[in-house]
Amino acid sequence: MKKTIIEARDVCYKYDGTTALAVDHVTLTIAEGEFLAILGRNGSGKSTFAKLLNALLLPTEGSLTVNGIAPATEDDCYEIRKSCGMVFQNPDNQIVTTIVEEDCAFGLENLGTPPDVIRSRVDEALHSVGMTEYAQASPAMLSGGQKQRVAVAGVLAMRPKIIVFDESTAMLDPIGRRDVFALARRLNVEEGITIVWITHFMEEAALADRLIIMDNGRVAIEGEPRAVFGQTERVMALGLDVPEMMKLAAMLRERGVSLPGNIMTVNEMAVELCRLK
Amino acid sequence: MLKNITLGQYFPGDSFIHRLDPRTKLLATVALIAIVFVAQGFSGFLLIAAFVVACAVSTGIHLKFLIRGLKPIMLIIIFTFFLNLFFQTGGNELVHIGFLRITDQGLRTAAFMATRLILLVVCSQLLTLTTSPIALTDGLESLFRPLEAIHFPAHEIAMMMSIALRFIPTLMDEADKIMKAQKARGANFETGSLVQRAKAMVPLLVPLFVGAFRRAEDLALAMDARCYRGGAGRTRMKQLKFGKNDLLAGLAILLLLAAVIGLNAIKAF
Repeated sequence: MKKTIIEARDVCYKYDGTTALAVDHVTLTIAEGEFLAILGRNGSGKSTFAKLLNALLLPTEGSLTVNGIAPATEDDCYEIRKSCGMVFQNPDNQIVTTIVEEDCAFGLENLGTPPDVIRSRVDEALHSVGMTEYAQASPAMLSGGQKQRVAVAGVLAMRPKIIVFDESTAMLDPIGRRDVFALARRLNVEEGITIVWITHFMEEAALADRLIIMDNGRVAIEGEPRAVFGQTERVMALGLDVPEMMKLAAMLRERGVSLPGNIMTVNEMAVELCRLK
Repeated sequence: MLKNITLGQYFPGDSFIHRLDPRTKLLATVALIAIVFVAQGFSGFLLIAAFVVACAVSTGIHLKFLIRGLKPIMLIIIFTFFLNLFFQTGGNELVHIGFLRITDQGLRTAAFMATRLILLVVCSQLLTLTTSPIALTDGLESLFRPLEAIHFPAHEIAMMMSIALRFIPTLMDEADKIMKAQKARGANFETGSLVQRAKAMVPLLVPLFVGAFRRAEDLALAMDARCYRGGAGRTRMKQLKFGKNDLLAGLAILLLLAAVIGLNAIKAF
């Protein structure tokens, strides 16, 4: 049994001036080193939940501990933000300074880290995301995917245990999207950083260790991606799609082709179809 | 149309002056401006001009950049020149046309004031041409830091300036996009009277402002997420450090001041 790093118990959040709960009694544990995807349509509460994890918002009800800390005081919030970094959706709106490496240093500067430590950690972080050669560049010159990598480096320099990606690939082109996802996956595998990947792309969600589908602020379905997408009708009823190959498999089964229910990628489909002969 | 607006006029380079600490350059510029006011005659100006030109040449910046920088204030220089020329009435009369009299003293004052103005602009140009906006901001923050004791928001002002610098290209891009979108729907930004053109800008500015506020909100959240809580307890990765070169630059300025004062004294005799 792996160590729990995030524990949410009946967490609720209500925005001022609204009556409905944006996050409605969510109970959930996230294990250290896990790659968890959260899927949901617009307004399902997934971004609000992300902000709760980073203590940018505090639960109006219920309890939430992140890395063993329950945010009670302002200092607790900063402790949580130190261990739980966040990468946002719009690459343009999260870079603070005019030089890439200074942006990476921003978080550490805020924490009052000594200059030489900042220097080495920034170099390390930029190297880790493959942006070393752009250290002196202006963010305005970078592509969307590169900007997101800089944002990841800025978080990474603070040596977090958890990184929350809040629809970080939504505004990128397909190549940038693949790049950033691969980076998150690598950080998860190589550095053991817990990843919470919020998205509305099925293909990305399908590659996570565990998948949660949120609807109306609640956890609607939870489980391994294959098991979740296997419940095709339920997923579709929540206004979401399932990966193309699962749809194809379901259609083929209807026509009498005998295929197992867990086909998700083109490769797996090819293997299964070849086996039919 | 929006592409050719450059911010500041930094001219990248690696000269002695480029490498100076921004604080040194800021203080030296203030000192140079003071020296321009100290100078009482043309010999002093000549000396200052020689110093400034020597500095400019050493940076590898073409002199035409310095001259180009004078353009926006040329009108003011010409205006002061003629104002002094015609309304300074002391001294011997040189020319008399109708009600206009030009005296030798008037001519001297006019030339003196015009030279002073030109020197002032060229000195400050030298600063902005050799220092990147971000280095300037850092320098200003560091210089004004002691004033935080009397609640002068040095860090906040510097932060605001650097965020503004960061977002200018982003907002330019956005303005360009909105402009194209409006043009595709038949908007006209290029022809018509000044009033018409100003009115055509309204549908450009409204979405731009709305967008800027949305960005500001996003950025504030991103800064919060990275533990930003104001200037207190903050460190910087890049420390500003005075070096030997800064000392040399300071000495050069002091020498110039002494020379100009010396020239004034000689004149006084």
